[in-house]
Amino acid sequence: MYRYDEFDHGFVKARTAQFRDQVERRLSGELTEEQFKPLRLMNGVYLQLHAYMLRVSVPYGTLSSPQMRMLAHIARTYDRGYGHFTTRQNIQFNWPALKDIPAILDDLASVEMHALQSSGNCIRNVTADHFAGAAADEVADPRPYAEILRQWSSVHPEFSYLPRKFKLALIGADEDRAAIQFHDIGLQLKRDATGALGFTVYVGGGQGRTPMIAHKVRDFLPEQDLLAYVEAIMRVYNLNGRRDNKYKARIKILVHETGAEEITRQIEAEFQEVLKTDILRLPDEEIRRIAAYFAPPALPERPARSSALEAARADSRDFADFVDRNVTPHKTAGYGLVTISLKPVGGIPGDATDAQMEAVADLAERYSQSEIRVSHEQNLVLPHVALDDLPALYAGLREAGLADGNAGLVTDIICCPGLDYCALANARSIPVAQDLSRRFGAPERQKEIGELKIKISGCINACGHHHAGHIGLLGVDRKGEEVYQITLGGSGDENAAVGALIGPGFSIADVGGAVETVVDTYLKLREGPQESFLAAVRRVGQKPFKEALYGAA
Amino acid sequence: MNALARVPVEPAATSVAAPAASAPAEPALWRNGRFEADEWERVAPDAAVPEGPALLPLTRFLAERQALAARNAPLGVVVQPDEALEELAPYLDRVSLVALVFPKFADGRASSMARVLRERYGFAGELRATGDVLIDQMPLMRRCGFDAFEVVNEPTRRQLAAGKWPDVPYYLQPTGAPAQLEVPAGTRPWTRRPG
Repeated sequence: MYRYDEFDHGFVKARTAQFRDQVERRLSGELTEEQFKPLRLMNGVYLQLHAYMLRVSVPYGTLSSPQMRMLAHIARTYDRGYGHFTTRQNIQFNWPALKDIPAILDDLASVEMHALQSSGNCIRNVTADHFAGAAADEVADPRPYAEILRQWSSVHPEFSYLPRKFKLALIGADEDRAAIQFHDIGLQLKRDATGALGFTVYVGGGQGRTPMIAHKVRDFLPEQDLLAYVEAIMRVYNLNGRRDNKYKARIKILVHETGAEEITRQIEAEFQEVLKTDILRLPDEEIRRIAAYFAPPALPERPARSSALEAARADSRDFADFVDRNVTPHKTAGYGLVTISLKPVGGIPGDATDAQMEAVADLAERYSQSEIRVSHEQNLVLPHVALDDLPALYAGLREAGLADGNAGLVTDIICCPGLDYCALANARSIPVAQDLSRRFGAPERQKEIGELKIKISGCINACGHHHAGHIGLLGVDRKGEEVYQITLGGSGDENAAVGALIGPGFSIADVGGAVETVVDTYLKLREGPQESFLAAVRRVGQKPFKEALYGAA
Repeated sequence: MNALARVPVEPAATSVAAPAASAPAEPALWRNGRFEADEWERVAPDAAVPEGPALLPLTRFLAERQALAARNAPLGVVVQPDEALEELAPYLDRVSLVALVFPKFADGRASSMARVLRERYGFAGELRATGDVLIDQMPLMRRCGFDAFEVVNEPTRRQLAAGKWPDVPYYLQPTGAPAQLEVPAGTRPWTRRPG
């Protein structure tokens, strides 16, 4: 993991002191709320429906056990005993008092964490594949570059007052586990024919009220030019992005209105200018020095086939299901990546109690080199677990109420906080997620349905990523009534697609039944268990689902 | 970039001329670490160009640049955030001051324009921030190349007069700033500390 040096410690300390002063000036009335708002947002402080919310950055979703313990401490001391892991690999605390926030930031700084750039119209916390550095299918670990981007974008003097928020995501494998084509900038780490590392660059993806898939602007950008190229994109956006309407201010709209070809030309022209000064070129030795922080841990040799694992599988069906769904191949034989589901049946997606965070920290220490990841699907991951240790880990997870073997299944739902917390929401999303997870909760049924991603947003801003859901639900307000629209066929992977609306929405009482109808229709028409829901929708289109929901036209 | 003659804008201990407490009609000019008298005259669109240092809108400067070339007094140009800086670029050697506009403090276009002016066009004259200039953004503006600030906001004036400069003096990106402002620091090529 990256470790702060003196400079980084000095930076975070000075930034916290600066914010403490801003809070004082707000409390004294010297700063208006309008003037204070962007300052607090850039420090992660939101004003929600009922209280302030603090969003803590988890850069590229990587946490150590001590850091997770600090999050548990914050949940216990300053909040109501829980935290909420988000689709941007961050964690939100929903009930802190404004006066306590500087103290929380001090606590975070003590474990090399902060809440910087987790909000505001700046370059937001940089996300990455949650399996980075461990997955068997990876070309190289994208996190060193994510760390370089995190540093470079922190309190950037030129790019702190952009037209709108700006999100970057990185992957290092062909399978896209970070939804990079739904980001303002998506970067895929690759090797060229000579073996040199570089990036395929995508620009202008996003969700919200105008979902767009990003355009590829570069096939291969040499790694040493990463900052120069990103600066060029940022400058083109900062100068030309719309500022007249916040709903048209994201770079996706600029790309759409300017045209992908013309925006690519502008970026390349700006890039050539930036290259002339040379100050942003990344020296090879510096990339390697940062990459060394992310070197894979020295994992003791373990048998590729674990007899302990096989015995436990034969012993317990639940365990076998857990292994089938929640364990992913590791690049080191004898090891696996374990997804810890934060989606218990009937629970709130992404929530974890302080005790659960402590338990995960302990289990990571014992079984995963003290390393933990947060996934954009609102789960946690232990990235380096010996197959031999899986039975013991599973027992520990069961004790903490974290042993659901439903990763990627129908109950592994992404859901925004909705009207229960959020000032923007039109509809509740949590109760809908809870209802659906109860309807589909029976293990046999989930297994039969197979891979199916349901994503729920409580308003058009799409924080629950409904556009990218195989089944997406969007809560809207229709004359004072909460109504849920259903979209089908969205996907946030390497074959990214925006889901299509199937028809009129359903009331909160009826939406669960409607989703069941969609799933039952799929089960009837699929060519076999090997044809996933998404594949079936792509094959047959909307018609059979429409007929099942609304009757034959 | 060492050709740039930018002046550090550290708040001097001897800050003087704190503005009047009542709502100011005229902006106060923060330059060289203190409030200074403004020698520049802003020229209204149809007014005659004065004898002394004259600050003109970009469109007028471009339209009248040949006639203006005959003057002996310094020329300044105000560039709005939606105007094309590159139209001014060929004539920057005749310009002593460029004023860029922040229509709202949260509108960061002028920050990009400032960096382009300094780092690409090598503009070495006074670079002035105007409009909604507030104390919390000023350290960032300076890092982009501004060395003079027209300040209307009363709390900002008070803070400046009191010697406040709310910088985070650990910079994680190089901006092409000259060495008297920022120097490499730490082990990483992109980190800087105030010079």
